[in-house]
Amino acid sequence: MATTITMPQLGETVTEGTVAQWLKKPGDSVEKYEAFVEVSTDKVNAEVPSPVTGVIRELIVKEGETVPTGAAIAIIDDVAAETPAPNGSPSPSEQVAAASSAEANRQGSDEPVPGGNVGLGGPSYSAPSNGAPETIATNNGANAPQKAIGHDGASINGIRTSPAVRRLAREHQIDLTTVRGSGDNGRITANDVLAAAKAGPSAGVAATIMAPAAAGAVTPPPPAASVSSAAPKTGSAKPSYANAQPGELIALTPVRKIIAQRMVESKHTAPHAWTMTEVDVTNVWKWRAREKDAFEKAYGVKLTLLPFFIRAVVESLAKFPLMNASFTDEGIRVHRDVNVGLAIAADGVLVVPVIRHADQLSVKGIALAAGELIDKGRRGKLGADDLAGGTFTVNNTGANGSILSAPILVPGQTGIVTTEAVVKRAVVRDDDSIAVRSMMNVCLSLDHRVVDGAVASGFLSDLKKRLEAMGPVGSL
Amino acid sequence: MTATAQQPTGTTVMTNVEAVRTTLHDALVRDDRVLVMGEDVGARGNVFLITKGFLEEFGAQRIIDTPLAEASIVGVAIGMAMEGLRPIAEIQFADFIYPAFNQIVGEAAKTRYRSNGDYTCPMVIRTPYGGGVRGALSHSVSIEALFYHVPGLTIVAPSTPADIKGLLNAAIECPDPVLFLEHKKTYRSVKGEVPAGYYTIPIGKADVKKAGTDLSVVSYGYNLHQALDAANRLAGEGVSVEVVDLRSIRPMDKTTILESVRKTRKLLIIHEDNKFGGIGAEISAMVAEEALFDLDAPIRRLAGPDVPAMGYALPLEEEFMTSTDEMVEAMRELAKY
Repeated sequence: MATTITMPQLGETVTEGTVAQWLKKPGDSVEKYEAFVEVSTDKVNAEVPSPVTGVIRELIVKEGETVPTGAAIAIIDDVAAETPAPNGSPSPSEQVAAASSAEANRQGSDEPVPGGNVGLGGPSYSAPSNGAPETIATNNGANAPQKAIGHDGASINGIRTSPAVRRLAREHQIDLTTVRGSGDNGRITANDVLAAAKAGPSAGVAATIMAPAAAGAVTPPPPAASVSSAAPKTGSAKPSYANAQPGELIALTPVRKIIAQRMVESKHTAPHAWTMTEVDVTNVWKWRAREKDAFEKAYGVKLTLLPFFIRAVVESLAKFPLMNASFTDEGIRVHRDVNVGLAIAADGVLVVPVIRHADQLSVKGIALAAGELIDKGRRGKLGADDLAGGTFTVNNTGANGSILSAPILVPGQTGIVTTEAVVKRAVVRDDDSIAVRSMMNVCLSLDHRVVDGAVASGFLSDLKKRLEAMGPVGSL
Repeated sequence: MTATAQQPTGTTVMTNVEAVRTTLHDALVRDDRVLVMGEDVGARGNVFLITKGFLEEFGAQRIIDTPLAEASIVGVAIGMAMEGLRPIAEIQFADFIYPAFNQIVGEAAKTRYRSNGDYTCPMVIRTPYGGGVRGALSHSVSIEALFYHVPGLTIVAPSTPADIKGLLNAAIECPDPVLFLEHKKTYRSVKGEVPAGYYTIPIGKADVKKAGTDLSVVSYGYNLHQALDAANRLAGEGVSVEVVDLRSIRPMDKTTILESVRKTRKLLIIHEDNKFGGIGAEISAMVAEEALFDLDAPIRRLAGPDVPAMGYALPLEEEFMTSTDEMVEAMRELAKY
């Protein structure tokens, strides 16, 4: 019996998904709950487990292709399919959406799970009914993928290679897919790589590695390097100070690709303008200092300056609604909801989870919502719904000590502000006295299609006033 | 020590057991501080006749028959060594060394450290080890892994007559305790040329007994000679095997092992002692730490099975001892990997 696998719904609001990578190819056997495809949506990648044990018959969707949720992406021949139907007619297919969580599969749940974690809200599928456990057990015994040789080996493009082979291939710029293996079962040996190296670096690899240097008009490589890269010498050239050495090529992860694509899209589409103001946060800083211990004790979340800042931002957005808008071909869409995105690094990758209806939350509410999102980000649990719907973004660049930055807009948004590091400075006040104050720069990038300088600076100075008026007394 | 007036020249062909005997004899002649003690070393002249005639030549003060009490043999020797003598204590068979474990590990190996260098323990503990001679349960054991964990203890296991002479002289010279292992199956089965006159071989230096390019074999003891036979057989098939004789178990010659592995990129370790936690485990770990990116194949080990002892019955003994055919097969597989 064949099972058609459909694109799962990775989150309540998601309508389509991209096949980032097939982890199996036709003919491969797959265990129930074993990941067989990586699906990416807006910044979220999820490995999708197979709902059945069987053999991949067909991959309908190519890598990189985006299809609506529910569309067929693959066909898996169930274990039962190994016995042909007696009348020779095709087995009835069963529509099965690949569930994105083994947990959900086991529970057979079709209930959306609160919290919007990736895929837990996926639709259910009907489990194959014909004695699945026994069949699966038999299959494990008979059809478990066999190791080629008794030892594990790491692989590059599916080629098992030893550490020495990998090192030599890197040193000599050898594309292992072009090397013929003379070892056991066609394994590429270190000597095979050295023999290939004698013929010069593989054209493909050399081109890939050299391309950035050639394109880098800013710092043209020294002539000697150009010559040596254009005409590879035979034999192994020793690295030296004078000769440029190709660096390591890091393959793009799906997340990296999406970030790159979205950054280019934003910079190319929205004409960025930039402005900055400095804010005296002495009072709000004191307020925070007074509350933070009790707050952390009560709620288990660290109280930072961020929720105070976001609270001031949403108040200013209410006064300058054009800052909470999107430029579209039809016109400027001013959003009714105020959903503030929070740019954070999760696992070394930029993600922007969104605090929904931030304008309806108190400082405390914002702190708790932000704390939850940051925690999810650290644990890699952010789902598509956590990341969707932002209308304005706050970026806490000061956390890393920055005092000035020029952020790139999230595509579709009009403004992004940064909170820079809080530093103590000697400040000349209105009455000409000099005081030590806690100062913070706030930087704003804006989509100049939507607003002009007047609105932007009006927003920024309003934000400054609100922040300086906060604390040190009041309730969170 | 009395200086040798004139260094004789040339070489003499002798067996391993003759190399032990002549080296001991020369040491007794050369240095009044040297003495030999152990079970049956006097009147009986040692069970392998290594010290035959010594009692008559050097007297009962220097050739001491001891009771069957290994802890005492080593313990007394430690005292002698700390007070300036150069005792060579013999444990009749390595299988009997366990009662002396505390004296060796707890006392001898720690003497220099415990006295902050005021005392050293310049003694040699000689013992025949290894199987393949129908020695059964109590006359076949390999003990090196039990002791190589212990800092402060030097362990050597030379396998040819020339190495035995050079390393036994070095062990006697060594200011710290040396466990000197002699594989009993090589006593009379291995012959070789031995340079005349006094010489030492530095402790802690391995020796490339056969150069090759396709894979490295590190071994010692009786296995070393089998490995050399296997390598020579494979040379006829065009497989070039490098055979490294470890010679010193501890300190271990990392440099020679790594040089060889970096050249051939493949490593096979062969020893008779049990595989689990054996010398091969330490060599494997060291190579993995220092030369992973030079390896073109997984490290392989051929070693004794993890059973309590070598059986007396011939099939059991053969099952325990790695055969030369098994070595040929393993080398061939690794070469073509």
